[in-house]
Amino acid sequence: MFKWKTDEFSWVDFTIDVLRVLIVLAVVVGAWNTLSSGRITLAQWVNLFAAGLSQGSIYALIALGYTLVYGILLMINFAHGEVFMAGAFSTVFLAEALNRTGFLNDQPLLAILLMIMFAGLVSMTVAILLERVAYRPLRGSPRLVPLITAIGASFFLQYAFRGLYGSGFKAYPQVQILQGAISIGGINIPIVQIFVFCSALLLMLCLYWLVERTRIGKAMRAVSENKEVARLMGIDIDFVIMFTFGVGGFLAGSAGVINGVFRPQGVNFFMGFIPGIKAFTAAVLGGIGNIPGAMLGGLFLGVIEAIGPNLVLAGLGIPGANQLKDVIAFTMLVLVLIFRPQGILGERLSEKKA
Amino acid sequence: MDHLRSPASRTVLTLGLLSGAFILFTGAVGMIAAFHEREVVDRFISLGQLTLLAAPFVTAYYSASRLREYGGDLRNVLIAGAGVGLLTALPSITLLLFNSDEFRVLLFLTLRLAPIVAASAIAWGRHRAGAETQTVIGIWLLVAILVGIVTYSFALIFEIKGDLRTVLVNIDRDWVEVITFENRNDLMRGIGTFGFVSVASGLAGSVLYLMPTVPRRALIYGLGITTLIGAFGETARLILQENVDRDTLREIFRRDTLRQNAALALFVISTAAGFLWALYGRQARERFGSIGAAPRRTLNRVGLVIFVAFMLMLPWLIGRTLSDVAVTIGIFVLMGLGLNIAIGLAGLLDLGYVTNYAVGAYFLAVLTSIGPLGLFKGTFTFWMVIPIALLAAMFAGFIFAVPVLRMRGDYLAIATLGFGEIIGKLAISDWLKPLIGGAQGVQAIPKPLLLGTELKNPEQLYYIVLVACLFCLFVSIRLNNSRTGRQWMAIREDEDVATAMGIDTARAKLLAFTLSAATGGVAGAIFAAKVGTVFPNSFTVFISINVLSLIIVGGIASNPGIVVGAIVLIGMPELLREFSEFRFLLYGALLILMMIKRPQGLIPSKIVSHEHSSGIKAKLAAAE
Repeated sequence: MFKWKTDEFSWVDFTIDVLRVLIVLAVVVGAWNTLSSGRITLAQWVNLFAAGLSQGSIYALIALGYTLVYGILLMINFAHGEVFMAGAFSTVFLAEALNRTGFLNDQPLLAILLMIMFAGLVSMTVAILLERVAYRPLRGSPRLVPLITAIGASFFLQYAFRGLYGSGFKAYPQVQILQGAISIGGINIPIVQIFVFCSALLLMLCLYWLVERTRIGKAMRAVSENKEVARLMGIDIDFVIMFTFGVGGFLAGSAGVINGVFRPQGVNFFMGFIPGIKAFTAAVLGGIGNIPGAMLGGLFLGVIEAIGPNLVLAGLGIPGANQLKDVIAFTMLVLVLIFRPQGILGERLSEKKA
Repeated sequence: MDHLRSPASRTVLTLGLLSGAFILFTGAVGMIAAFHEREVVDRFISLGQLTLLAAPFVTAYYSASRLREYGGDLRNVLIAGAGVGLLTALPSITLLLFNSDEFRVLLFLTLRLAPIVAASAIAWGRHRAGAETQTVIGIWLLVAILVGIVTYSFALIFEIKGDLRTVLVNIDRDWVEVITFENRNDLMRGIGTFGFVSVASGLAGSVLYLMPTVPRRALIYGLGITTLIGAFGETARLILQENVDRDTLREIFRRDTLRQNAALALFVISTAAGFLWALYGRQARERFGSIGAAPRRTLNRVGLVIFVAFMLMLPWLIGRTLSDVAVTIGIFVLMGLGLNIAIGLAGLLDLGYVTNYAVGAYFLAVLTSIGPLGLFKGTFTFWMVIPIALLAAMFAGFIFAVPVLRMRGDYLAIATLGFGEIIGKLAISDWLKPLIGGAQGVQAIPKPLLLGTELKNPEQLYYIVLVACLFCLFVSIRLNNSRTGRQWMAIREDEDVATAMGIDTARAKLLAFTLSAATGGVAGAIFAAKVGTVFPNSFTVFISINVLSLIIVGGIASNPGIVVGAIVLIGMPELLREFSEFRFLLYGALLILMMIKRPQGLIPSKIVSHEHSSGIKAKLAAAE
């Protein structure tokens, strides 16, 4: 048989290094080609960047749920994308109803706030139930076991909501005041993008305040540091874990509404799957378990996803580059997992996995 | 009120409410109405109604067994049975009332009062626990506001939309029809019937538990077998059709459902057989257990011969439609056996298994197709391409395995999932369209030829799948006990220790991925030849999930388990078409349930079940 590994030379490392060089080469060549051809103007780049930033802030909100749960339980809540879907899908009906009464356009901010609260609470309920039913009985079992239940829960939730609300696409109504664009220095930026970015930022600030400044936030940090010691300090571990799932769920649900306002083309039962994986990518990018990391990772991924196809793939002469947006995101996922599993900001993971 | 607090009555209450939630949920997702389409016994009972009856029946039976642990007497058991029946019906009846025009006001009343009730209940609980007044008021306000947002929003939605149905699409006329036992026009009568039937069924369940062992077992066998055959009436008819003349068939079935007389006869016969088995079964088993090793070996051999002969005869016995299902099951058995090498033996949770399936299918398609996308227009035949598809899939498995070798557990799972998604997106993209046809895929794939005849029927394709499955089964059994197999198991248990024992983990993992990919490629190629067209929508993450579920349900690292898992999880939705819409709902629920209740699977492998029991022992030891 082959002998691949000798003492001084690791075959696997070599392949991975070759892969690294190839990817850097592809990115450089693609970017060089695009930039030198000058097909895309500066204004278009800025627009792409802004769109990526707002899409990224939605990823960031979902990613926070992954990171919070991972920080405390060291498990990937694979069904988190479905928690996002639950809020977004349920709130479509509320949005329609508010639109029908005219409240949505009379008091848009109040209406959107109500929608965010509603979606957040629905998603929170789903997340808490999920934890109670699928994860709590398996706490302390081998790592792969909760991952498998999470996959099961993910498909269960998808098809449960398909059964409840139907399998068709439903569209969020348009909000009038968010249509149109503002011109900043000659570049038009849609208002809705600014709104999405700002509201996501606001929610993240709330989370930051919750985790850093409140009693329960302190308890969360303590549990994530060391469960046993936290228990000795009189912290109710089960409640803190439930609360963490709830907070993550709330953020995911609100991300669902923001997503609906941002891209009103429709929600359905399968809408959570891809954003879920992307948000996980964002969480890993920023260093999973690290809250500011998830925020940055989300924004970063959104921007890469918006700019990447046009910059790299188009430059390499690949037709229909924008179809391959998701491929860019998933490639990012795989690359991060291969080259820097601890993420951009985090060193925590490597300690904990060791 | 006090005796409701005892552990026994709490158990009964919980069980009853769970069963009620089950009925409500299955109704709301449309399962009950869909199952109503399938009659179990002609003009007597449908599968939907059977579900309504079975929930209180089974729950009452189980709660009776729990009650006996608490020392409940006859009267308590019967009351509990009736209570379970009532609780089972209660949530659905409430929804039925909410849904009717006359009582819609109840819905709004509930939605308006819910926040106050919930807040008061929680605040009262905190108060009793000795919280300060200030805190209690704070909690009351918080809960009232949060719950209020949700319930008032729902009230708004329903008020504007006018009907529950516009939101919950399956709370429709069909559902009302089933749940009221066809008394849709007279709601009160319908509710009465439903409640009565449910209570009666609960009582019947507890009475069954109270019976002496022998008749009880006999009845369980009889009911189970009759229900099973009734539910799979179409399958049973298709099998009988091949072996029985038409008049007899008409005596037994009306279209696809069991006639009442036939069902009764079946019930009597199976109960009688169950009676005999319950009386003499143990003796028979003991006598069989006491025969010597040599005759047993002979018996095993005879059994094997009969089994192989049966498998060879199968297409004649079951006919075309079922052979087609058998081919599908076989394709999934192939994939299950392959993925099991990665998941079961080496402990590598590969969620991108569909990649290999797609590679095999596309290779066969592009190489053999006689359509515009075929590269060779018929120069290559099925038999020449099968090894190529196998090698291609192995190569793909190898390529995708290299970067993930350093990853562990959950990261590996997500990375492979990412690979699967990337392949899916690439298959559908414009970039590769000139080669593999984008969303339209590759058409005009010829059927395999054998000795000049075209294998175009499922009966004929079945043999290809059978040979492939038997070969894989053989390899898989041999691998289990090989040096490599042991290496994989060592890696599965602890990678660091395995490295320390001198196992080249990188090499062993690569081998696992590559070998597991091979069967996926063959399965994909057979699938492509069977269907005749290949397009990207057939290769989604759902394939990977299907295969994963059948491994987990059947028994991880257990070859017979995988076969059984495939028959149950792939065969059942194919045979019970009403079910196929809900298959992923079931898979999801099963994955969770199996992981919690029976992680070793239905037919556990010896090693895994041993590990599980020793794991529990280790935990107990640690707890002490």
